[in-house]
Amino acid sequence: MRALLLLLLLLATGLQAQNIPVIQPAELYAVLAKQDDTLRVVNFWATWCGPCVQELPHFEKLQRNHHNKPLKVILVSLDFPSQLEKRVKPFVQKRKLTSTVLLFDGGDPNIWIDQVEPRWSGSIPATLFLYKGKRLFYEGQLSETDLYKYVQQIKTQAP
Amino acid sequence: MKMLTVAFLALLVSFNALGQYKTGEKARDFKLKNIDGKKVSLSQYKEAKGFIVIFTCNHCPWSQAYEQRIIELDKKYKALGYPVIAINPNDPLVQPEDSFDEMKKRAKKFGYTFPYLVDEGQDVTRDYGATRTPHVYILNKEEAGLMVRYIGALDDNTEYPDRVSQRYAEDALQDLIEGTYVRNGNTKAVGCTIKWKKS
Repeated sequence: MRALLLLLLLLATGLQAQNIPVIQPAELYAVLAKQDDTLRVVNFWATWCGPCVQELPHFEKLQRNHHNKPLKVILVSLDFPSQLEKRVKPFVQKRKLTSTVLLFDGGDPNIWIDQVEPRWSGSIPATLFLYKGKRLFYEGQLSETDLYKYVQQIKTQAP
Repeated sequence: MKMLTVAFLALLVSFNALGQYKTGEKARDFKLKNIDGKKVSLSQYKEAKGFIVIFTCNHCPWSQAYEQRIIELDKKYKALGYPVIAINPNDPLVQPEDSFDEMKKRAKKFGYTFPYLVDEGQDVTRDYGATRTPHVYILNKEEAGLMVRYIGALDDNTEYPDRVSQRYAEDALQDLIEGTYVRNGNTKAVGCTIKWKKS
């Protein structure tokens, strides 16, 4: 009964509103460790981060251009977890983001930053490219050209 | 030509590496403009035993979240010989909220107890190798000079000061005050990227 109500509520609020899971480090590490045929582009961002917001459309376009292809853009928001309803959800809705958005509740960054990527100093934006066990990392704002360059590079790079 | 480009790039990379401080290296002094218009350099602080140099700014929510804690840190450790020196590294053309006028307003509004300097040329920021705000460098006056003894985070919980369990920067200061070596000289934190000048 409760599930039905929830479903109705979901339908009523509109299907385009994407659910944004709040994930813990173990869940993020599991996503990063996957070694299947999907190329994953994992971007760390925040709603109030200017350079992050500027590069977001490139990631969205990349995902749209790879519709039904084994490429997945994952936007990991580092907004404070308390900002989920106030900031992150409205932002995602307003921008109509179609890529997967996760809110990361990571705890001590001194522990999880190195687990995610030892080369990362901790500034955002930062992006990981993962494909069949291969990994590329970029810290800073990506141009559209560079984003596609990295995608090509990881595809063709020897394992 | 290609060789030359590669050589030039290699040179750039090595310059970059040279400029970025690591713990255990000697820090160079600087002279930067404070919000009162006066220039501040570390050598002016004859009595200080060292410094807590923090790259921070107005607009960044992580910097804002730590603002009160930075004031507390200054109050506590200035008396023990380690004053806070805050430096805003950002280019106001890229981030207008980080302009000199806004720095003055913010410092006044929140009652900064420490100098809030502007790194107009961004040379000091480059020299230190700061990548984000806030980014903490703890310097210690020793026989060999002003040594970098800690680089990294303030603590382990940005959003909730009352849930902090690891006070990384304070632990390093305590180690220095007790005269022992710093046990944990490098930590990482999330922060806003430095807003470099657009060339």
